[in-house]
Amino acid sequence: MAATTLPAGTTEAGLRPDSNETTPRGARWWRELGWRHVVTWAVLVFCFIPILYVLSSSLNPTGSLTGSNKLFSSISFQNYVELLTDPVHPYVRWFANTIVIATTTSIGTVLLGAAAAYAFSRFRFRGRRGGLLSLLLLQMFPQVLAYVAIFLLLVTLREVFPAIGLGSPLGLILVYLGGALGVNTYLMYGFFNTVPKELDEAAKIDGASHAQIFFSIILRLVAPILAVVGLLSFVGVFSDFLIASIVLVDPESQTLAVGLYQYVSQRFSEYWGVFAAGAVLAAIPVVLLFQFLQRYIVSGLTQGAVKG
Amino acid sequence: MTDTSTRPDRTDAPAPPPPPGSPRPTGSWWSRQDLTRGFWVKTVLVALVDALGVYGILAAGALGQWGIVAFLVVALVVVNVVYFSKRMLPAKYLVPGLIFLLVYQVFVVLYTGFTAFTNYGDGHNSTQADAVEAILVQNEVRLPDSPTYPLTVVVNGDELGFAVVDGEGDAELGTAEEPLEPVDATLENGRVASVDGWETLQFAQVLERQDEIFALRVPISDDPNDGSVRTPDGSTGYVYVSTMEWDEAAGTITNTTTGQVYTADEEQGAFVASDGSQLGTGWKVFVGFDNFTRVFTDSTLAGPFVGVLLWTFAFAILSVVLTFGLGLFMAIVLNHPKVRGRKIYRSLLIVPYAFPAFLTALVWQGMLNRDFGFVNATLLGGASIPWLTDPWLAKISVLVVNLWLGFPYMFLICTGALQSIPNEIYEAGKIDGAKPLRLFRSLTMPLLLVSTAPLLISSFAFNFNNFNVVYLLTEGGPDDLSAPVDVGATDILITFVYRLAFGGVNRQYGLACAVSILIFLIVASISAATFSKTRALEDLH
Repeated sequence: MAATTLPAGTTEAGLRPDSNETTPRGARWWRELGWRHVVTWAVLVFCFIPILYVLSSSLNPTGSLTGSNKLFSSISFQNYVELLTDPVHPYVRWFANTIVIATTTSIGTVLLGAAAAYAFSRFRFRGRRGGLLSLLLLQMFPQVLAYVAIFLLLVTLREVFPAIGLGSPLGLILVYLGGALGVNTYLMYGFFNTVPKELDEAAKIDGASHAQIFFSIILRLVAPILAVVGLLSFVGVFSDFLIASIVLVDPESQTLAVGLYQYVSQRFSEYWGVFAAGAVLAAIPVVLLFQFLQRYIVSGLTQGAVKG
Repeated sequence: MTDTSTRPDRTDAPAPPPPPGSPRPTGSWWSRQDLTRGFWVKTVLVALVDALGVYGILAAGALGQWGIVAFLVVALVVVNVVYFSKRMLPAKYLVPGLIFLLVYQVFVVLYTGFTAFTNYGDGHNSTQADAVEAILVQNEVRLPDSPTYPLTVVVNGDELGFAVVDGEGDAELGTAEEPLEPVDATLENGRVASVDGWETLQFAQVLERQDEIFALRVPISDDPNDGSVRTPDGSTGYVYVSTMEWDEAAGTITNTTTGQVYTADEEQGAFVASDGSQLGTGWKVFVGFDNFTRVFTDSTLAGPFVGVLLWTFAFAILSVVLTFGLGLFMAIVLNHPKVRGRKIYRSLLIVPYAFPAFLTALVWQGMLNRDFGFVNATLLGGASIPWLTDPWLAKISVLVVNLWLGFPYMFLICTGALQSIPNEIYEAGKIDGAKPLRLFRSLTMPLLLVSTAPLLISSFAFNFNNFNVVYLLTEGGPDDLSAPVDVGATDILITFVYRLAFGGVNRQYGLACAVSILIFLIVASISAATFSKTRALEDLH
């Protein structure tokens, strides 16, 4: 493979003094850039085999595990039709529920986490170090471990405030927001620290209040980390099975994770194709979100603000 | 830990006086007008919170939930004080998150600790009174000489009820929740024809809901000893009475057919006979450290526990090392500005992450199937390698699937961290003559670790409890058949607990909570130790 890339003018690239400005060619290209492509392709194969496999299974009309081994041997949307028209398993409802719950949770998580990270990064107060440490320790006790207690808490809440008790999507969102501070604060705190404090101070001299500094300056500069945290939270909620399965009991109000799992556990072997179709559709919104937010993640906003 | 409080508060540093002659920037977008607008927004938001809080206090007070009332009162006072005070700046940013944290994380953790000291679980999930009622109901039989009542099935909304005519010709009505009570009704041919507020079910409707109707028991009175009315046909009611008799004064339950007497035992939370046998339903009591000592002294638990503990450590550490290694490597590979299509590469590399984790595990389970799976049948040309059924291969499979699941996250984190490192640092390093490897070791890694070290600890903690990947891929198996309890080669602590306490018929929440606490103690102490090391990293910055 290396031989095919070598012949292009090696000497030219090697001699060029300002090679920083142009793309190197030949052996130099290979040394600087080419191997990166090879390595990336190798990892991509590892990444995409399961995905191609599940995509192919979803399009395979035989629908069983054995019948799915020849990738894309035949194409049909039969599994998708079966998935969307199944009256016992309201896939479309699950889909809508999941999007609403995951979006609300991720927005809430970003706001709560960013506010806390701002406090820890910009203010010096008593118990700051202790607070950070307690947050990290609390995070070590995942909500999954406490699911009996969460269940009992929500049973009690259902009697007092049905809107946030057991069986309510809002109740589930609040449970998720309870976990918002732990690891997210940490991730954001590290990033907030990389934004120069001189910016805050300059704004302060100009008469900005702390709230204006936070909402108008800091939040814009840390947009990449907000995108990352929003995404992580969205994906986490999207995939959560255990807590969602406890809180949402009514089939109509369930999320994709709970609904599809039940679908799979009841009819795993012979309905492999329908399960695959459900998995493919479930993955689409998250993949799209990733593509959309990439731009924000990639741009280095901090630099631009200091310079301009 | 207090060293930071002595640092000068940089944000409160006195502003230098404006240079003479230069006007203050009054027309900028943070003018006084905005300040007052912000004030009103704040006031409206706090007012909303207050309104919801007061409603909550009233609602909880009406139901006698004094714990909730107390929490809401304190929370409301704190919110109002914090947001209308001129000081307490940090609190203004911390309070909203802290409130959620207190309810859904701290309280829940404490409640788990509380439950760990009880025998809570199937058969021990409520009070003694509930247990008595359940035992009596379970043992109800139709009296051989039972009086029969003309019975009409009635419905109100979704709630079914029985309307019967008693021996004196009076109508009575009751439901599953409400015992029989006299009621005004229209009688026809000695049976109830209609009751105000209730709809009478016709024969066809009775047939439609016959399962519900045959299962319905309407208590005769509040005393469970009195029994209940049931119907096998929808038109005749029979009295069912329990073969168990509850004597509240003595605290005993007597089986009237065998004469066996069961005495309430407050230590075990169960009714125990003199020969040691117990009734199936008991109630919740404190058992002290019993659940904790069982893990180490109960011979069926202690042996498997050690093996599982070791594999849990190996799994968590290897998962972090492998995912971070591959993630960081790929982040660096693609951090070169001239790699063509790196945006596309990046989008593609995080695609596995977009696949919901539990689905991924199930897909891999299908792919790694020994006989029909894609890996053996297609990739390896018809091999039959026992990926999930050989103890060591299963361990490797779990790690590989977890690498597939986890490395995009690390890639994302590392890419973000790499991008937050200003280019100027590298330029300065290059001017000083540093080689790429040196730049990586002395600049990239320390800066990267500042922002990622806490995440690596969290990742360790997460994988320590990575239920989804282990359980959905192998269900903890392949099982060790020689072990006295359900335990497999890939079981980590949390799946072990799950199978131990939730997998079988007999749920043992108390025991599970105790092991949850043990898991927490292990992870927390390791994290605390590692965290104190990361302080050094932060000071570097």
